[in-house]
Amino acid sequence: MQLTRITGNRLWILGAYLVAAAALFSAPLVFSDFRLNLLAKFLAFAIVALGLDLIWGYTGILSLGHGIFFGLGAYAMAMYLKLEASGGKLPDFMGWSGLKELPLFWMPFENFGAAVALGILIPALLALGLGYFTFRNRIRGVYFTILTQALVIITTTLLVGQQAFTGGTNGVTGYSTLLGYSLASPETKRVLYWVTVAVLIGIFILCRYLTGSRFGKVLRAIRDGENRVRFIGYNPAVYQMVIFTVSAAIAGIAGMLFVLHVGIISPSMLGIVPSIEMVLWVAIGGRGTLIGAALGAILMNWAKSEFSTAYPEGWLFFMGAMFVIAVVFLPKGVAGLFQWRGKDRKKWLPAWARGSGGKLRTGEKEGSVPQG
Amino acid sequence: MANKGAAILECEDVTVEFDGFKAVQGMNLQLQKGELRFLIGPNGAGKTTMLDVICGKVRPSAGSVTFGGKVDITRKHEHQIAELGIGRKFQAPSIFKDMTVMENLEIAMRQKRSVMATLFARMNSEDEGRLNGQLSMIGLSSKGSWRAGGLSHGEKQWLEIGMMLMQEPEVLLLDEPVAGMTDKETDKTGELLHEIARARSVVVVEHDMEFVRNFASKVTVMHEGKLLKEGSMEEVQGDDRVAEVYLGRRREEHASRSTA
Amino acid sequence: MELFILQLFNGLSISSILLLVALGLAITFGLMKVINMAHGELIMIGAYATYLTQNLFLDYMPASMFNWYFVLAIPVSFAIAFAIGLVLEMGLIRFLYGRPLDSLLATWGVGLVLQQLARTIFGAPNVAVKSPAWLDGGMQIFGGTLLPYKRLFIIALVIACLVAMYVYIYRSLEGRRMRAVMQNREMAACLGVSTRRVDAMTFAIGSGIAGIAGCALTLLGPIGPSLGTYYIVDAFMVVVLGGVGKLVGTVLGATGIGMFNTLFEYWTNASLGKVLVFVCIVAFLQWKPSGLVAMRTRSLD
Repeated sequence: MQLTRITGNRLWILGAYLVAAAALFSAPLVFSDFRLNLLAKFLAFAIVALGLDLIWGYTGILSLGHGIFFGLGAYAMAMYLKLEASGGKLPDFMGWSGLKELPLFWMPFENFGAAVALGILIPALLALGLGYFTFRNRIRGVYFTILTQALVIITTTLLVGQQAFTGGTNGVTGYSTLLGYSLASPETKRVLYWVTVAVLIGIFILCRYLTGSRFGKVLRAIRDGENRVRFIGYNPAVYQMVIFTVSAAIAGIAGMLFVLHVGIISPSMLGIVPSIEMVLWVAIGGRGTLIGAALGAILMNWAKSEFSTAYPEGWLFFMGAMFVIAVVFLPKGVAGLFQWRGKDRKKWLPAWARGSGGKLRTGEKEGSVPQG
Repeated sequence: MANKGAAILECEDVTVEFDGFKAVQGMNLQLQKGELRFLIGPNGAGKTTMLDVICGKVRPSAGSVTFGGKVDITRKHEHQIAELGIGRKFQAPSIFKDMTVMENLEIAMRQKRSVMATLFARMNSEDEGRLNGQLSMIGLSSKGSWRAGGLSHGEKQWLEIGMMLMQEPEVLLLDEPVAGMTDKETDKTGELLHEIARARSVVVVEHDMEFVRNFASKVTVMHEGKLLKEGSMEEVQGDDRVAEVYLGRRREEHASRSTA
Repeated sequence: MELFILQLFNGLSISSILLLVALGLAITFGLMKVINMAHGELIMIGAYATYLTQNLFLDYMPASMFNWYFVLAIPVSFAIAFAIGLVLEMGLIRFLYGRPLDSLLATWGVGLVLQQLARTIFGAPNVAVKSPAWLDGGMQIFGGTLLPYKRLFIIALVIACLVAMYVYIYRSLEGRRMRAVMQNREMAACLGVSTRRVDAMTFAIGSGIAGIAGCALTLLGPIGPSLGTYYIVDAFMVVVLGGVGKLVGTVLGATGIGMFNTLFEYWTNASLGKVLVFVCIVAFLQWKPSGLVAMRTRSLD
């Protein structure tokens, strides 16, 4: 009966995923080195999108701070590369700022393994810290979102302001090798691409497991009604902290891969605008579906690289419009379009097409009636 | 009538203030193991607030609530109180509307509530049996894979009761479980309640006197945040003060009518 | 002593700017629970409205009148931002009530479009607005310390806005309707208040105040299309710290952030000062999660 149909469906989906994975792995056969490098960058963004979807799509907490977690991972990798490039000497920008010796906190980044570990740990710990001090006190919803945005502002200000230690506005750049291999050579690029694909698939599977487990169900329950979750005996704060931390760690991993493909990281790449752009990828692709989030990141970045150089003005108009469209017309993103089914169809329509706009108020949670 | 048998829940001199307004003033309530207790009283008497205090949603400004004879739960968090074994059903159905009926029951099921436990939780056949049993008890067997948000009002109430039962609490707090139900739904809820009360201690806040009369159990009347009267339904109905707070207005109406 | 007065004045000045920027948010976010990320762009619009008023005076009015353009610029900035806010509410925001996070994203998109529009119309480089001569110079106290008139003017402007808002919200019929709708929408609707109209008006007034803030910002330096983004997050922090629903909270929040900012920047440096302020805000929220002045309610969520 139903069971067989479900397993049949599952086989189809599994097959589709396998084909997609095979296609990703064989992309180097088709694409030029330049295109492959672009694609690798987009895949790194897709990884952030997966992490962001965990916290926003599944748990209902909007973080506008993922640029920072991404950036911290990126900085960790860039610091290692910079030290490798400097070959035991002081990195050039430190010399220009008058530093005489390597700051203490740069030391661990001389080791590749330590740098990678820190690239995951630092964003994770920062997220854990912020999560601890907010979720525990039930600071959530928009308040949390605003705090994450403030975190972005102060981190970028700090990175720019402490030029001697961070490279300031220019960021950390000017390196060409990783473990002795040239970052510019097509062979290295290809290997790095494959690494990125493998990491993406690994993280996809991880997210899949997380969201499918009972843990994931509790997360969705928190999204639906945090207080109710409390009264059936779960402590939402712990769940929120854990998923926020995991999400930040994933962003850190993506940041490390990003630096390897792009060769530079600077404060402008992790500021307010990139952070909220990440949210747009997930919104467009479809929050609450992993594949939607990943595809959203790839498609939006592909579109950006195609159009933004040719029509820089038009691109910003387009992006602004996409925010509005995604929220008003596509609350479930593009992935939501594929879930259209008979009686459900009305749900995806914008409020005004469904009937009076005022109706929404009583139906929605999240402070439906402004108090006070 | 004090201290006979083991009190599972004991509220002493509970006082709750909202910005200077005393919603509950020195209220005492004692619940025996296995008892079904009705909490009645006019609007604003502080009944719901009492439930809020017991389940940890509201912190009392004075007084204590002792659970199981030893733990003072006024200092505990909601989730800790729930884990101790006190379940709460709110007046408006509060279920997880974007999850299926089955998933709602699954996460409510009595189990370890830590992140680690839920991460590696596997559904075994025993769990599945319990879930299906619960599903049929609340009459939603055919709707296990429905989105909970798509259920009718009555069905949502039953689902919520079902979720509470899956928690296997020792004390159940129900806030107006039949409000907004049709007569047929009310009857069915009554049956459910009889079933539930067999194994657990239950406190029910209720307005529907007809519904309360169906149960031969103790009734506590609250008025203006205080205990007014405690006893059987007959005793309560025969009490002058209860009649006054409940029917006072009606009497005055009678009086004014007769003098007019 | 002199240094102390100067720092105090600087703190007060920063507070007043923050407050002016956050006042509009206190209405749209505090009362309506709409996260208007385009608030910064409404400020930018107010600033450009002032710039245009100045240009009109330069072109069409006798030079002797020029100094008075600023007096006209304030209502003009308010009116233009008000109108744009009204359009925004009717075209977009009203579909997003009760969905604060969605309103955040959608209005961010609107903000992007408005910024780009400004870039297309006025060009990307900053433009300078010449402040009127009567605001040049400053007041001398204790011999050396100079308190610039511009900063004093902004403080006065904030106080004027506060008084006007207070009178409007708590003393006028429209304000009473507004409070009624924000406190109990259904009940107000039953009593014959047009909630649609009140929503639109409330949002537009919040936007108009952003316009005034933009007008004031022209006194402090050149303005550009991304003017608003510098202030928006700080302004939201003011509202978060101050608590939602009461003007007093916003005033206290702005004063707190402004003062501590000045203090910390004096002790350390600009970037570390910001970090310290953020840490203090988070620490403060541990103690009072819903801000300085919280409205307590009995309802769940």
